[in-house]
Amino acid sequence: MSERENKMLTCIICPLGCSISVTMEDGTIAETKGFGCKRGKNYAETECIAPMRVITSTVRVVNGPVPLISVKTDKPVPKALVMECMKEINRIEAHSPVKIGDILLVNVLGTGADIVATCNA
Amino acid sequence: MREVELAIIGGGPGGLAAAIEAYRNGVRKIVLLERDRSLGGILKQCVHSGFGLQLFGEELTGPEYAERFTKQVMELGIDIKLETMVIGITSDKLVSAVNSAEGLISFKARALILAMGCRERPRGALNIPGTRPAGIYTAGTAQRFVNMEGYMPGKKVVILGSGDIGLIMARRMTLEGAEVKMVCELMPYSGGLKRNIMQCLEDFGIPLRLSHTVVEIHGRERLEGVTVAEVDKSGRPVPGTNEYVECDTLLLSVGLIPENELSKMASIELDPATSGPFVDEACQTSAEGIFACGNVVYVHDLVDYVTQEGYLAGKSAAEYLSRKAGDGPEGGLGAESGAESRAESGAGSGAVSGAESGAGLGEKIPEVLKIHAGYGVRCIIPQFVRRSCKNDVSLFFRVAGNYRDVVLEARAGGRAVCSVRKKVVSPGEMESIRLKSEIIRSINSEVLEIGIRTLGDKEAKETKGEI
Repeated sequence: MSERENKMLTCIICPLGCSISVTMEDGTIAETKGFGCKRGKNYAETECIAPMRVITSTVRVVNGPVPLISVKTDKPVPKALVMECMKEINRIEAHSPVKIGDILLVNVLGTGADIVATCNA
Repeated sequence: MREVELAIIGGGPGGLAAAIEAYRNGVRKIVLLERDRSLGGILKQCVHSGFGLQLFGEELTGPEYAERFTKQVMELGIDIKLETMVIGITSDKLVSAVNSAEGLISFKARALILAMGCRERPRGALNIPGTRPAGIYTAGTAQRFVNMEGYMPGKKVVILGSGDIGLIMARRMTLEGAEVKMVCELMPYSGGLKRNIMQCLEDFGIPLRLSHTVVEIHGRERLEGVTVAEVDKSGRPVPGTNEYVECDTLLLSVGLIPENELSKMASIELDPATSGPFVDEACQTSAEGIFACGNVVYVHDLVDYVTQEGYLAGKSAAEYLSRKAGDGPEGGLGAESGAESRAESGAGSGAVSGAESGAGLGEKIPEVLKIHAGYGVRCIIPQFVRRSCKNDVSLFFRVAGNYRDVVLEARAGGRAVCSVRKKVVSPGEMESIRLKSEIIRSINSEVLEIGIRTLGDKEAKETKGEI
């Protein structure tokens, strides 16, 4: 027997905030309703199949002019791995001088995303 | 005392853009005064991304956005004074400042740009009853601790106010291991962006309690908990809805107020609706040669708009300085005598034709067109437009509530001169109307009113395709 699941999302693409309903069947999208435009449909479906997020955080600096520098994942990582990635990020110690774009950790948790500096220190 | 052409107070996005644009327009003796240890203002603590979409077409983090402008200011060789606190300004543009290296210093500027930004409303502005323990912070203060200084304010957090900073901090505290118990919002809707509600709260299962507030604070030395309650339509707590929530940290994200202590010292007139100075279309305040840009004028939705306004202020200050170098007296905004004399004597190009063609009946109409808030509009920037302005003018305004199917209208003498259809407007997002310069010149009333008109169901349906 197939498993049907209905998910409701509020679209974040524009201020209209359409309520979009996505029906999933066996892990694939069976039906999407309530979207006002193509971008909204795309957003809702991506959110249901494989939600991704860019993580932004901070990392300790050794010998720097400031205690912390800001960092980010250079591409989105799976939403489910966000908290695990944070543990990896918090293990990093950066060494001054650091420049924007410097890679501080390669391929975090095998996601293909690097942790890069977003400020100079 | 040092003499400069232009002094800029505040090295955040507004001040940085103003410095760059003033330099590009020929101003060389500029001093940029910043109280923090580095340039960039609040952007430096906004480590999340989402900045720069309008200007650069890409999502940058706050520090990355700041760096693009800081770098330019450095390359131009603009004189920057860091860790320098401006403690006074006068209407004739005397600036007093202090820093630990030079002590008390002062500047005599020929033009001044105010770019001090805004402040967060503190606990004292809310009258929450209870004790005064440690553990209560404004969201921005907590943000600085976590993102710049490396301190966590606490482990169990309640956030009051669902403005964007509150939402961003809910996520940030969660990522750093704190438990965010809830975000309470007094209003029945959130003032934050939908994107932030989704990605900062829903992603982490943090409840958003609409129409709720904190009614009591518990704990003697350290915060131990808060009592939250539901509120009715007028914002009063509903009896019997009290709920105790254990927490060691309360973050307040309950609004921002333009920072105008210095403006008041120079007797600059402030608009009660925005808490910032009245400005004209060139960012000039009521004091001649003193301009203002960014969140000191009103709280902007996006930093991109602050940058654009900074550019405008910088350009306007440069134009003012070159005009001053050339000819005689000049009136500040609302200096009717100055403005009128300019129109009469023909000193201001375009002013004469504008005034004469406008006042068809031979009456003199003032050079400055007043912009007023009409139905459904809370505040407007700029509040004044010079009829002689050569460029189109964008009026930015905040609506008073959530409306659907509306027309945003600029009305002069009971006639709509410009209108924009909108499907949805909300107080969280600034609206704008762009007035063409020929339309401004054609207006012969003293006041232009900006208001919203809701469409009937029939009218809304008929025009649906036009949006």
